[in-house]
Amino acid sequence: MDARSTRGSEGGNTEVISLSPLAPPGVVTSEALACDLACFPTRDQYFELVESFKNDGFEMCVDVCGVDYLDHMDRPLPEGVVGTRFEVVTNLLSLSKKQRVRIRVQAGDEEPEVASLFALYPGTEALERETFDMYGILFSAHPDLTRILMPEDWEGHPLRKDYGTGRVPVQFKEAPGPR
Amino acid sequence: MSEPTVRTAERVDLLAAETSEGAQELRRRGNTTSDELGRELGAVLRVNGLNIDPNSIDHERRDDETMIINMGPSHPSTHGVLRLMLELDGEFVLRTKPVIGYLHTGMEKTAEDLSYVQGGTNVTRMDYLSPVINELSYSMAVEKLLGIEVPERAVWIRMLMSELNRMSSHLVWMATNGMDLGSTSMMIYGLRERELILAFFEKTAGLRMNLNYVRPGGVAADLPDGWQDDVQVICDTIYERSFEYDQLLTGQPIFRQRMIGVAPITAEEALALSVTGPLLRSTGVAWDLRRTMPYLAYDQVEFDVIVGTYGDNFDRYAIRLNEIRESIRIVRQCIEMMPKGDYRSQDPKVTPPPRARIGESMEALIHHFKLFTEGFQVPVGEVYSAVESPRGEIGCYIVSDGGPNPYRLHVRGPSFVNLQAVSLLMRGGSMSDTITVISTIDPVMGEVDR
Repeated sequence: MDARSTRGSEGGNTEVISLSPLAPPGVVTSEALACDLACFPTRDQYFELVESFKNDGFEMCVDVCGVDYLDHMDRPLPEGVVGTRFEVVTNLLSLSKKQRVRIRVQAGDEEPEVASLFALYPGTEALERETFDMYGILFSAHPDLTRILMPEDWEGHPLRKDYGTGRVPVQFKEAPGPR
Repeated sequence: MSEPTVRTAERVDLLAAETSEGAQELRRRGNTTSDELGRELGAVLRVNGLNIDPNSIDHERRDDETMIINMGPSHPSTHGVLRLMLELDGEFVLRTKPVIGYLHTGMEKTAEDLSYVQGGTNVTRMDYLSPVINELSYSMAVEKLLGIEVPERAVWIRMLMSELNRMSSHLVWMATNGMDLGSTSMMIYGLRERELILAFFEKTAGLRMNLNYVRPGGVAADLPDGWQDDVQVICDTIYERSFEYDQLLTGQPIFRQRMIGVAPITAEEALALSVTGPLLRSTGVAWDLRRTMPYLAYDQVEFDVIVGTYGDNFDRYAIRLNEIRESIRIVRQCIEMMPKGDYRSQDPKVTPPPRARIGESMEALIHHFKLFTEGFQVPVGEVYSAVESPRGEIGCYIVSDGGPNPYRLHVRGPSFVNLQAVSLLMRGGSMSDTITVISTIDPVMGEVDR
């Protein structure tokens, strides 16, 4: 544990300084964790939290991506946060303050769904579509939630950990399956 | 004509059913609801405070007045396999939708099967015009997780190579942009100059492209003997020739007419669309990660962040041309200030022992064997590291579960995000402007689709 906490400060992560005054009460933050600082809102708090950050000068939503924690459910999380299989990770950037903030929302196990940020940051449109395409995480109120990288008739969501790699036989390759 | 469908949260059933084979394509007006049409026409204009003028959405237009055509996936001006669906009214573009995924090869999935040592060979193939910068963002993320320090010389070598790479990437852009606008001589000159840089890469790393040169812990090899002279020649040649490009293009009347005032974007729109890089700087926002959130040793060198004013095609051209000159400035400072010392970390966990040691030391042999069979373990955690690529912010998000492979590797490709600006930029423009718009956005499809 010690090794981890020193690493956090060593990692030179001066991007996010003190998050707690920014985050509204009730949202768990990860100051105790070794990772970069992050907020852990519940699904209900998610949209409002991002909105409050936006009003606070975070002009840009840089990145939205999903993670499937199926094989790593014991990941370190701050107290009070119940980890689910899917997580949506959002990175916000403030140009005026030169700060980054990471928001990790637990999206659910069976039918993961979180609010879409399209109304706040239209630039998340493609990123959320990609997350849906790769993980099957639904974004409610997203205007056009369709596949973006995979073909429309593709079955399954390829970045899920239980996705059957090699289930489609490949031409010119005798042994299908993961290496 | 089928019934218009609205995919919203109220109709989750529809959402699921639609998306299993839902349309990625631009649909005919008859099948598009007015909400969707408004969004497609106005793109970002739904942002708070930027409401779209209802009069400018021509709902009344009928299907038989317009035509939907496909441009791409294999069209010479789309720089790869980008497919654009355009709704045209005669010569003018009403709606545009980029359809991507033709080059999707599941690189993020592949990355989960590769160890951290091998990972560099994977990420370097994403944005194939700026491999060094891809590797840099990946390596910096891994180093952050490991908590290792990179020697001073490696930092400067990385900076030197990044800037050379930025020059070569912008030169390819100048070349393809020239070709798109009918200036084939610019294409030949741009590729000729880039070859100088690639030859230096070959001398240093062994490969012209997809170098796998920047690795966690440092760089793969030290700079070759006499590198100062090579780099000096590159700088002098390209600096001198950059003024020839000025003569060839900047004052050229046809070029100016097709670039100046075409496809402008405002700072609010660019920020709302998460657009970064030259596209954002063309609107006057001086946001360059090298300056605003310095990494490597960018805070120790002098350079200017080039910004535009109008956000039009010409600004984006001028920014890239001047960024080549700024990169030359940085490279020249690198030559002067290059420190001596190790070019990679001496931590035996991440760096293989020198060849000579393997023969005489059992320990070195074991380290070497372990490193190349199972790789090194990275502590549990997750990290996001962003650097400035020629196209904008390239971010690498890595989740580690403590094993030798990344549990999840996500790359935030700047071209992928910047492509969202296409429909906004093209709206109302003429068909010939679409070529210049794609060109000045500068998407690299390898990175868009990954």
